Amino acid sequence: MGAPVAPRIRLHGFGIAYGGAPLFDGLDFEAAGAGVTALLGASGVGKSTLLRAIAGLAPPGAGTAATEGGVSLMAQDDALLPWAGAIDNVAIGARLRGARPDRARAAALLASVGLPQLAGLPGAWSGGMKKRVALARLLYEDRPVALLDEPFAALDALTRGTIHALAARLLEGRLALLVTHDPLEALALADRIVVLGGSPARIALDETPPQRPYAALRDALDPGLRRLHARILLALGTSS
Amino acid sequence: MKAALSALGVLVALVAIWQVVSLATGLPAYILPSPAQTLAAGCAQRTILASNALTTLGEMVLGFATGALLGVLCALAMAAAAPLRRLLRPALIASQAIPVFALAPLFVVWMGYGLAPKIAIAALVIFFPVAIAFADGLRRTPPALLEAARVMAGPGARWRVLLHIALPAALPALATGLRLGAGVAAIAAVIGEWAGSSSGLGYLMLWANSRSQVPLMFATLIVLFVLAIAFSALVDHLSRRLTPWLKETD
Repeated sequence: MGAPVAPRIRLHGFGIAYGGAPLFDGLDFEAAGAGVTALLGASGVGKSTLLRAIAGLAPPGAGTAATEGGVSLMAQDDALLPWAGAIDNVAIGARLRGARPDRARAAALLASVGLPQLAGLPGAWSGGMKKRVALARLLYEDRPVALLDEPFAALDALTRGTIHALAARLLEGRLALLVTHDPLEALALADRIVVLGGSPARIALDETPPQRPYAALRDALDPGLRRLHARILLALGTSS
Repeated sequence: MKAALSALGVLVALVAIWQVVSLATGLPAYILPSPAQTLAAGCAQRTILASNALTTLGEMVLGFATGALLGVLCALAMAAAAPLRRLLRPALIASQAIPVFALAPLFVVWMGYGLAPKIAIAALVIFFPVAIAFADGLRRTPPALLEAARVMAGPGARWRVLLHIALPAALPALATGLRLGAGVAAIAAVIGEWAGSSSGLGYLMLWANSRSQVPLMFATLIVLFVLAIAFSALVDHLSRRLTPWLKETD
């Protein structure tokens, strides 16, 4: 066993089209080491396509989209198996790799997301419960790079706040790329904020929030954060 | 329970209308027997009815099992490999383009008067809805599930994705195919019997008809009807067990 690979995402000269129109053309982007990078942009700018390309689900039309360290993905749609219970959903990755699911570890991860005894099937769970199970599955995969595609968009504000705190704690030590359309979510979770804008999309803003991100919502009146929030909104506005 | 009661209510109403019509028209029993005459004929010939019903039920069950199994295998083969899909899909359509009524006598010539041609005909009829429904289900895995699975599985895990994701996701479609197949099992068995047989409800119907025993023919038809409904209900019940996670909306 060598030293663990430092997680890294690197896009070089990246280009991809969707429905004939180029979404990206010659985009360069790099993120390395542990930390949460939030990726913002107006609807249709290509955030999800970019994430899918990084996950290896869509081949780039030009340039490269490479990762080091292994990738896990949490989509906006929870992508939970409707026929499987919580533990089977969390540990499905093992089955898909032809390995024996570690049910004890899956149960422990469910406990760590606050659902120690979750019974039944996804159809009977609330939106917040499903997110927690999807988060537990992401952690079961235990990859250095975690890609999150607007995972908390469909939640009510109260649930989202709780899940944010949980996600921030559980994702520590990983390189997480969080696609979101919500500047406040980005300020709450991210160590780095990247705004995509234009067509084909380029990086319109690339900033590091002035303080430890997880306190952002509590410190919403902090002048530095408010200025950054305003600049994100401005960058988003110019992009649409 | 409510559904069973309302079905019973409809049945009682139909029998009442039948009785009224036969009384009002005064048609002789060899044209339109009354419910009472039909019941009397059925009771008098109950042993014959029972043994012939058993034959038909056997053909239905074996034909359904064979057709469903072949349908499932065909759908899996089509999901497994694109060349097989291109090969099997036209064959699948062709298997239904030829009317089974035309094939039935040939099957009897090839396989004799026994159970085999009836099973073959029923299997041919049932195979199609099962194969088509299951194959469509296997091709329509929700993309979000498939993409999540591909990221988790890594490259080269196509079979495991098929087994653990696409197959369970297609079970609701398979259940629909099985229900459609069960609905035509009795018709298929009777077609087989009409083409040539020495027992079964279809055979008994022809036998009674040729001897102008119309009340017995009616009794046979009713037994066939009950058999078909019961078989459909059984398959419906069992196929629900394939998809316990599905909630039904009324």
